[in-house]
Amino acid sequence: MSDLVLRGVRPLGAEPVDVIIVGDRILDVVAAGTASATRVIDTDGLIALPGLVDLHTHLREPGREDAETVATGSHAAALGGYTAVFAMANTDPVADTAGVVEQVWRLGRETALVDVHPVGAVTVGLAGVQLAELGAMASSAAQVRVFSDDGKCVWDASLMRRALEYVKAFDGVIAQHAQEPRLTEGAQMNESALSGVLGLTGWPAVAEESIIARDVLLAHHVGSRLHVCHVSTAGSVDIIRWAKARGIDVTAEVTPHHLLLTEELVRSYDPVFKVNPPLRRAEDVEALREGLADGTIDIVATDHAPHAHEDKDCEWGAASFGMLGLQTALSVVIETMLTTGRLDWAGVADRMSIAPARIGRATRHGQSISPGSVANLVLVDPTQTWIVQETQLASKSRNTPYAGMKLPGRVVHVVKDGRPTVVEARVVLDGAVAGSRS
Amino acid sequence: MRHLLSTGDLDAKEAILVLDTAAELAALTDRSVKKLPTLRGRTVVNLFFEDSTRTRISFEIAAKRLSADVINFAAKGSSVSKGESLKDTALTLEAMGADAVVIRHPASGAPHRLAHAGWIQGSVVNAGDGTHEHPTQALLDAFTLRHRLRQGVGDLDGLRVTIVGDVLHSRVARSNVLLLSTLGADVTVVAPPTLLPTGVETWPCAVTYDIDEVLPTSDAIMMLRVQAERMQAAYFPSAREYSRRYGLDSERMSKLPQDAIVMHPGPMNRGMEISADVADHGRSVMVDQVANGVSVRMAVLYLMLGGSMEGAA
Repeated sequence: MSDLVLRGVRPLGAEPVDVIIVGDRILDVVAAGTASATRVIDTDGLIALPGLVDLHTHLREPGREDAETVATGSHAAALGGYTAVFAMANTDPVADTAGVVEQVWRLGRETALVDVHPVGAVTVGLAGVQLAELGAMASSAAQVRVFSDDGKCVWDASLMRRALEYVKAFDGVIAQHAQEPRLTEGAQMNESALSGVLGLTGWPAVAEESIIARDVLLAHHVGSRLHVCHVSTAGSVDIIRWAKARGIDVTAEVTPHHLLLTEELVRSYDPVFKVNPPLRRAEDVEALREGLADGTIDIVATDHAPHAHEDKDCEWGAASFGMLGLQTALSVVIETMLTTGRLDWAGVADRMSIAPARIGRATRHGQSISPGSVANLVLVDPTQTWIVQETQLASKSRNTPYAGMKLPGRVVHVVKDGRPTVVEARVVLDGAVAGSRS
Repeated sequence: MRHLLSTGDLDAKEAILVLDTAAELAALTDRSVKKLPTLRGRTVVNLFFEDSTRTRISFEIAAKRLSADVINFAAKGSSVSKGESLKDTALTLEAMGADAVVIRHPASGAPHRLAHAGWIQGSVVNAGDGTHEHPTQALLDAFTLRHRLRQGVGDLDGLRVTIVGDVLHSRVARSNVLLLSTLGADVTVVAPPTLLPTGVETWPCAVTYDIDEVLPTSDAIMMLRVQAERMQAAYFPSAREYSRRYGLDSERMSKLPQDAIVMHPGPMNRGMEISADVADHGRSVMVDQVANGVSVRMAVLYLMLGGSMEGAA
């Protein structure tokens, strides 16, 4: 007798089947309606994707537990269809030692809704001066493979070169936050005609593009792999496309908000739209969608960045940069990529699960929906729409830029390691349906 | 007029109403007893997060001449310097029943936020926000231009106004370009390329790097304050070079048309953007600008709080 059967699911949008799960693995995939088990989830034709993997999440613990914790962020991730997240290093203290990454890793294990893979800092304290103990983090219990000073750019070319080289010893990757610091001093929004009118200090596209150009050349020179965080400009897409054509080992991510929103929203001076990198022009949004569709941009990563209410309920200049993203990412990708015909379900699975798992070396994730695979799955109803309400998100913070927006697609069930973590859009803990935080 | 946040929100009719109202109020207060009872019982708060004695005093006099109760809330020596947020300050003012808040703030958009975040009910007047706008300065400049060059009536159709200096960081320039073009003036901005904002070519004005080229065709020239510190960030090589290339001295002034006027929003850097002899010249109208500032600010508060003049937005 099997443990769990997902009845009538449509893997990557294909014809309905039954997925039979035993332990943490998919035992078999058989004709719809033919399997039985102690527990059956009747899905009535929901789309099945491999569990989503977010390569770029801020969980804020340790240090800013008032904005988010590993537990609340894991809830948001599970409800968003994720089975694994990579927690960025810019916590307080910074995740630049084996001790801190193991703490985050252990908190993730305790919550057990998603696999929390800590990202290690590239430099001590994110200060950009001295390499952090990358090897110690790699061989710790957390098995760190992704290193990033995200929030800050590793701007010193020599240091970046050494970091790229050093992590080759343990198959690591440097995820660069591409932002030339001198070109963005005091920057508040995309540099454009609009920034001139609004009197907000501009953040020129070249500040991002010049670092990406430098880094792909460095990666090529030392034969390392490079990952570019949150690409936001058309010019960046061009440079990465050029680098890939040259055979340079570079991968790139785009956030859901950069696929949907433009700088026009800044006219409101509402800091919920303040984000790093900033919202750009409609032409950039178009280039990012095109880049994601043709594979120039490999993945969608949320850059989920919770902030305490007071850090957003203020004037633009005083507000923190960042937006929530975990619970809305799949819906935004459906809206911008699937309904527009730029990606099919297999493409969505690739950009949101298979490719990010590969880049982050999260080997238990992003597997095919076939016998022998680890049973990490998300079941989606593409026909449902929902209106985003900031008070009903699981995050401890409320800084979603989508409040009031109607988005397509709902995550209905999530299975992680063969065990349901979300059933009927509610988080399940130890087999019981937990009250979702509101 | 519910709020005054940007001169871009005013159409020509509304702007002219403010100027006409200011002219009427100026005539009424041109008496030995200057006070009008119009805003008796109303409370105007001057909320200043930046030092600006001149603007604050101008608003204070304007409100007092209309008999409003005036409260000056300066960032220094108040709870603001102890870390109280803009929001909490706003809630405090709301609880005290402020009918209008005049705000000066170093962050662009802070007045917009104050008006629209749902923190307060009263009207908001932008008295200068960051590098964004300073609408009442533009209104007093328009008033001064109209008074000096158009006999105090109508709009500014065809008037040639040149604005010179740090346009990039100037809220005065932004508000003036929007307002003067709305009123029909032909505006030209002049600056070194480093001190022009991205997208200035989309603004309703002409743009040039060469001040000498536009002097003969300027009915008025407005010199913006240029902070010498800007050279630390390499906007220009030195104060001397800036002064040589963009400063208004008597030689350049002699190339202006005979009856052209020289304006400056103050405070002036004598020897930087303007030479001392030009600053003190009979065709320099800085004192007028200051006096007109009171009338224009009275008009704004009157139209906002008096409610007795119809036709305002």
